[in-house]
Amino acid sequence: METLVHILPMILGVWIAFIGLTQLTISNWGAAPFVGLDNFIYGLDPNGPIGRQFYGTVARTIAYTLLVVGFSWALGMLGAVLLSTRFRGRAILRTFFIVPYALPHFVGAIAFAFMFNQRDGAINHVLVDQLHLLGDRPFWLIGDNAFFVVVVATIWQMWPFAFLMLLASLQTVPHELYEAAALDGASLWSQFRRITLPMVRSTNAVLLLILCLWTFNQFNIPYVLFGAAPPESATLISPLIYQQSFKNWNFGVGAAMSVLLLIALLAASALYIRLVMPKKAEVA
Amino acid sequence: MIETRGFKLFRVVGLTLLTLFVALPVYIIVATSMKPLEDVRGTFEWWPSRITLEPYVEMWATIPLFDYFINSLVVSVIATSVSVAIAVIAAYALARMRFRGQRLFGMVILSTQMFPGILFLLPLFLIFVQLKSWTGVQFTGSYTGLIITYLTFALPFSIWMLTGYFRSIPFELEEAAMVDGTGRVGAMLRVILPVAKPGIIAVTVFAFNTAWGELLFASVLTNDKTRTLAVGLQQYLSEVDVFWNQLMAASLAVSLPLLIFFLMMQKHLVAGLAAGSVK
Repeated sequence: METLVHILPMILGVWIAFIGLTQLTISNWGAAPFVGLDNFIYGLDPNGPIGRQFYGTVARTIAYTLLVVGFSWALGMLGAVLLSTRFRGRAILRTFFIVPYALPHFVGAIAFAFMFNQRDGAINHVLVDQLHLLGDRPFWLIGDNAFFVVVVATIWQMWPFAFLMLLASLQTVPHELYEAAALDGASLWSQFRRITLPMVRSTNAVLLLILCLWTFNQFNIPYVLFGAAPPESATLISPLIYQQSFKNWNFGVGAAMSVLLLIALLAASALYIRLVMPKKAEVA
Repeated sequence: MIETRGFKLFRVVGLTLLTLFVALPVYIIVATSMKPLEDVRGTFEWWPSRITLEPYVEMWATIPLFDYFINSLVVSVIATSVSVAIAVIAAYALARMRFRGQRLFGMVILSTQMFPGILFLLPLFLIFVQLKSWTGVQFTGSYTGLIITYLTFALPFSIWMLTGYFRSIPFELEEAAMVDGTGRVGAMLRVILPVAKPGIIAVTVFAFNTAWGELLFASVLTNDKTRTLAVGLQQYLSEVDVFWNQLMAASLAVSLPLLIFFLMMQKHLVAGLAAGSVK
């Protein structure tokens, strides 16, 4: 049943890419004409306007994913390592750090939309009124700055998940290892590199894959920040397909982009699983 | 880790920065939700000069917030409970029984995490349109379509996590129960489920959170009557005036149930995640 529910839409999705589906034919989509590769040619031609936008968006989404996953992992690791040590108040911090992840996905983005608001937001207040770093209030949610905002907002929401997983994994590392290493004179940094990192390796393999996929496919945060029409600098792949399909009613083009994406994600994930994933962490 | 003075300093700095990063948006939500609208506009105030609870009253009238709340609750609760029930059974089968195609099944489940929801949106929409013309049941714009969708998206991850969790439970536990005369199902219900509680809680929280915050499918598959919170809250923004204070108040109000649930389950969550992902 599971297979049915997912595979069927996937096959249908591929089929849509080859038919001329429009607003008019959507209620009786079985009758839409077969158009062959037209959608692909129209939507994915690197020299056409839509094609150029598509490849630009793919490149941008990859950059976005690398930034978000890199920072989320690093912050999660930092938090997890520091909170694995004993000190007063660590239980409170441990709970507090999960808050962004525990909020509904749209709430964090709403907060960032307000903070980066050009006229009323906290960020411009600090930069312009308090620190006097800038003369004019810059726009953050339109223009080139928008990319930065969507990256920060996503990291804010994503890092607690890395933190949770790594914290759980660190609890399995025996304390004696560190004591022995310290006796041998290993510095804290080399303890981290030689003990901590190898011990969480299998968690990392799964965690990084999941973080990458979640980030690459991100829709909620840009949608809340920018609405259905994001600025060019912050257009990610999922919102682009959404825009093509449900704003421009180019269902075929949206589907053609989806098919290409599907193949790319499949290939990348298969490669990753083959190369990086330890046998132990595999599902079956 | 053995603590030196340098490490302690590093810890203080690191944790302070992380705390500020997490706290800033949270503080702004809380502070803004208690300001009158005039104070929200114009120059930002770090410390509210006037505190009012009016946004918490007015937010119900600006948009049909209560209806959205009920819609979200219905969809999320049904989708979560059904998906957890199915996931427990499927994961148990995966963890304990050997069958042909097991490896393939596992890969299919993991692969569903790979694809953006957007890939499924249009096909699902078309399938729902078709199903309606065959069966007469309204899927788009109704709870049913959304519930089915959330169900199918929460399931793979839940099954995957729980399989790992069940594997970490020694088989001898059930054997002992079965020797004592309980059947396989009885052994699962009475022995495995209590032991697997942290894992089950972890996937429940995950499934509920996913459904509660989902925007993409909700924006296409709901209408005015079935709109969920995630989509509905956008309406504070689309008005000519942006009611930031009410929006923050509403965000906080709809977050609280989830937040409390999450934090209460926190301990189990860490344990559940650890076992499910690592094993």
